[in-house]
Amino acid sequence: MAVQARELTKDYKYGFHDEDISVFRTAKGLSPEVVAAISQHKSEPEWMLKFRLKALDHFRKRPMPTWGADLSGIDFENIYYYVKPVDEMGRTWDDVPESIKRTFDRLGIPEAERNFLAGVSAQYDSEVVYHNIREDLEKIGVIFSDCDTGLREHEDIFRKYFGTVIPPNDNKFAALNSAVWSGGSFVYVPKGVQVDIPLQAYFRINSDNMGQFERTLIIADEGSSVHYIEGCTAPNYSSDSLHSAVVELIAHKGAKIRYTTIQNWSDNVYNLVTKRAIAHEGATVEWIDGNLGSKVTMKYPSVYLMGEHSHAEVMSAAFAGSGQHQDAGSKAIHVAPNTTSNIVSRSISKGSGRTSYRGHIKVLPKAHDVKVNVRCDALLLDEESRSDTYPYMDIDNPDVTVGHEATVSKVGEDQIFYLTSRGIGEQDATALIVNGFFEPFVKELPMEYAVELNRLLALSMEGAIG
Amino acid sequence: MSGPARLVTQGLRASVEGKEILKGIDIEVAQGEIHALMGPNGSGKSTLAFTVMGHPKYEVTGGAMSFDDQDLLGLRADDRAKLGLFLCFQYPTAIPGVTTVNFLRAALRAQGKEMPAREFMKRLSDEMAALRIDESFRSRYINDGFSGGEKKRSEILQLAMLRPRLAILDETDSGLDVDALRTVAEGVMRIAGPDIGVLVITHYPRILEYLRPHVVHVMHDGRVVMSGGPDLARRIEREGYEPILGTAVPEPARV
Repeated sequence: MAVQARELTKDYKYGFHDEDISVFRTAKGLSPEVVAAISQHKSEPEWMLKFRLKALDHFRKRPMPTWGADLSGIDFENIYYYVKPVDEMGRTWDDVPESIKRTFDRLGIPEAERNFLAGVSAQYDSEVVYHNIREDLEKIGVIFSDCDTGLREHEDIFRKYFGTVIPPNDNKFAALNSAVWSGGSFVYVPKGVQVDIPLQAYFRINSDNMGQFERTLIIADEGSSVHYIEGCTAPNYSSDSLHSAVVELIAHKGAKIRYTTIQNWSDNVYNLVTKRAIAHEGATVEWIDGNLGSKVTMKYPSVYLMGEHSHAEVMSAAFAGSGQHQDAGSKAIHVAPNTTSNIVSRSISKGSGRTSYRGHIKVLPKAHDVKVNVRCDALLLDEESRSDTYPYMDIDNPDVTVGHEATVSKVGEDQIFYLTSRGIGEQDATALIVNGFFEPFVKELPMEYAVELNRLLALSMEGAIG
Repeated sequence: MSGPARLVTQGLRASVEGKEILKGIDIEVAQGEIHALMGPNGSGKSTLAFTVMGHPKYEVTGGAMSFDDQDLLGLRADDRAKLGLFLCFQYPTAIPGVTTVNFLRAALRAQGKEMPAREFMKRLSDEMAALRIDESFRSRYINDGFSGGEKKRSEILQLAMLRPRLAILDETDSGLDVDALRTVAEGVMRIAGPDIGVLVITHYPRILEYLRPHVVHVMHDGRVVMSGGPDLARRIEREGYEPILGTAVPEPARV
C-alpha cells in the first residue's frame, strides 16, 4: 500500500489525496506550492496559510547556521515535508532496523507500543485511558489536543498566542517549522486550575505528536499549573532525517509550567528544536530536557523572564555515543528585575561522541536584583570522546549575582576498581557511574521514565545502542 | 574441597608503573584467622592489598597467589570479589549519584547474594545501628562528601553486608579518633568468626587490642621480614620498628 502511495505521488505534482489509499504526502522538497498544499489539506484559515508562506520566505533568506554543530549533511530538497499520519503509516515492522528491535526487546517495551514508536502504527493503544483523562480535563476547562485540532476548535486562543514566543523569523529552523508544521500538542489551562496529573503526549490518540515538524503551544493562565511530558526513552525510529520542532510556552502571572522531554532519536536524525518560554510576573518555567540518540541535536530551551519575581529552571542531560553530537544548553533572558534562573546541565560522551554545552545568559539594563546560577558538568567515558563548553554572558546591570561552574571529568580507573572490587562487573560499574552522574536529572523524572532511562543508559554502555 | 578457604601468596612480586614494590611475599591467611600486617610507611602493605584485590595498575611480575585453591592471577577484581575477597579501602572513592543502598544492592546482586527487599532493609538497619551510622546514610551518595570517619564506617558496613570469606582492612584505623576506632573495631569483631579470614594492615598496634590477631607479620621494603604471635605487636608498640628491622626507618608520616 505504501509503495502504491509513493508511486501515485509521482503523478501529482504537489501532493494528492485519495480516500481509498489513506496516505497523503506532499512532493519532496520545499516550495510555496508544497506549503499551500499542506495548509489546504488541513483546511486551515487564510491567516495560517499566510503565516506559513511568510515563514517559508524567512527560511529561504536565512543562511544555514554555522556556529554550532555540523549541519552540512541535511538535504532540504530530499525531504517529504508532510505525510498525513493515518492508521497505515506506510511502514512495516520489517522496515525497522534490527538494532532498534533489539533495543525494544531489551527495554521490554510492549508490542503495541513498539509498533507505535517505530512508526509502524499510528495509534498507541491507550485510547481508553486517554478518553477518561480527556473527560476529566474538560470538566475543569483544560484544553489538551493536537495542534491542528487546537487551531480548528479553539482558533481565538490559538491565534492569540501562536508564533508570539518564537516568531517565524527567529532562526532558520523555526522558520522551516513555521512553514510546514504539523501535529504537536496544544494545551490551555484556565486561570487558577492546577492540573495534577502530568499531561503526556502519549495519551493523545494521534501519532502526529511524533511528527517531524511538530509544533507545541502551551498556555498556563494566571495562577494555574501544568506538567507536560513528551517523548519516551525507547528509540524513536524515524526513517526521516530531519526533526525540527518548535515549542512555545506562556506562563502567565503566578503560573507554573514544567515541560519534560526525553528523546532518543535513531542515529540518522538531525534533531534541531527551538524551545522557548515566556514567564510573566511570579511565574515559574521548568524545562527538563533529556537528549539521547540522534546524529546531531541542537537544542537550547530558553526562558524569557518578562515579569518580576519570575523563575527559570532548566535541567538538561545529554548522552552522545559514537558518531553523535549533542549540542545542547539553555538560555535565560532576564528582562525584569528580581528574576532568577538556575541552569544545570549534565552530559556524557562515549567513543567518538561529542557533547557541547552552549548557554546564553542575558540580563537587561533594567533587571536589577537578578540571580543566575549555571552549572554544567561533562563526563567523558574514554580517550576519544569530547566535550566543549560555550557559555555566553551579557550582563547589563551591575546588581546581579551570577554563579557559573563547569567541570569535565573522566570515569576514573579508581572508581571502576572500587566498584569491581565489590563484585560488580566493569560494564555494570561504568553504567552505575553514568547513572549516578545523571542522577540529579533522573530524580526530576516521573518514576517510570527514570527506570527506563537508567535501563537505557545501561544498554548504551554495552554499545547495544548507537 | 573441604576445610577453610585460604589466601596464599608465594614469592609474590608486583610493580607499579614499572617500579617493583613487592619483592617476594609469602603469606597465608585462612578463614577463621585474624592476621595483622604491620610495617613502616612505604614498606608495600597497601600495594599487597591492591595486588591481591586485582587493581589493574598493580602488575604481578612473579610468584603465585591463590584463594580457596583458585589461582587469582588473571582474574579480574569482580571475579575475586565473587570468590569471597573483600578490600576495606584506606581511601575509598566517591561515586556521585549512587546511593549507599543502590550500591550495596548492586554489589549483592553481582555476587549472587541478593535478598528480598525487606530482609535487606532490616539487615542494613541492624548493621548501621551497630556501627552508629545515621539513617540518612542510606540515601547519601557513596563516599561523596563523607568525612574520614564516615568513609571508614561505610567500608565496614559494606563488609558486614557483603560477608566475604576473606577481608583485607587497609589502614582502616587511620584518621579515626578513639571512639570511632572502637566502633569500627567492634564492627569488625561482630563479623569475625570461623567463616571469615581477616588481614589487618596497620601502623599502629592500638586497633589490634580490639581485633586480637592470631598472627602478626612485619613488612619492610617489599618483604615480610618477621612473623610472630600477638607479642610481636606489643613489642613494636614498646620499641618501634627499628630494633626489629635492625635498620633505621624513616619517620612514618602519620596524621
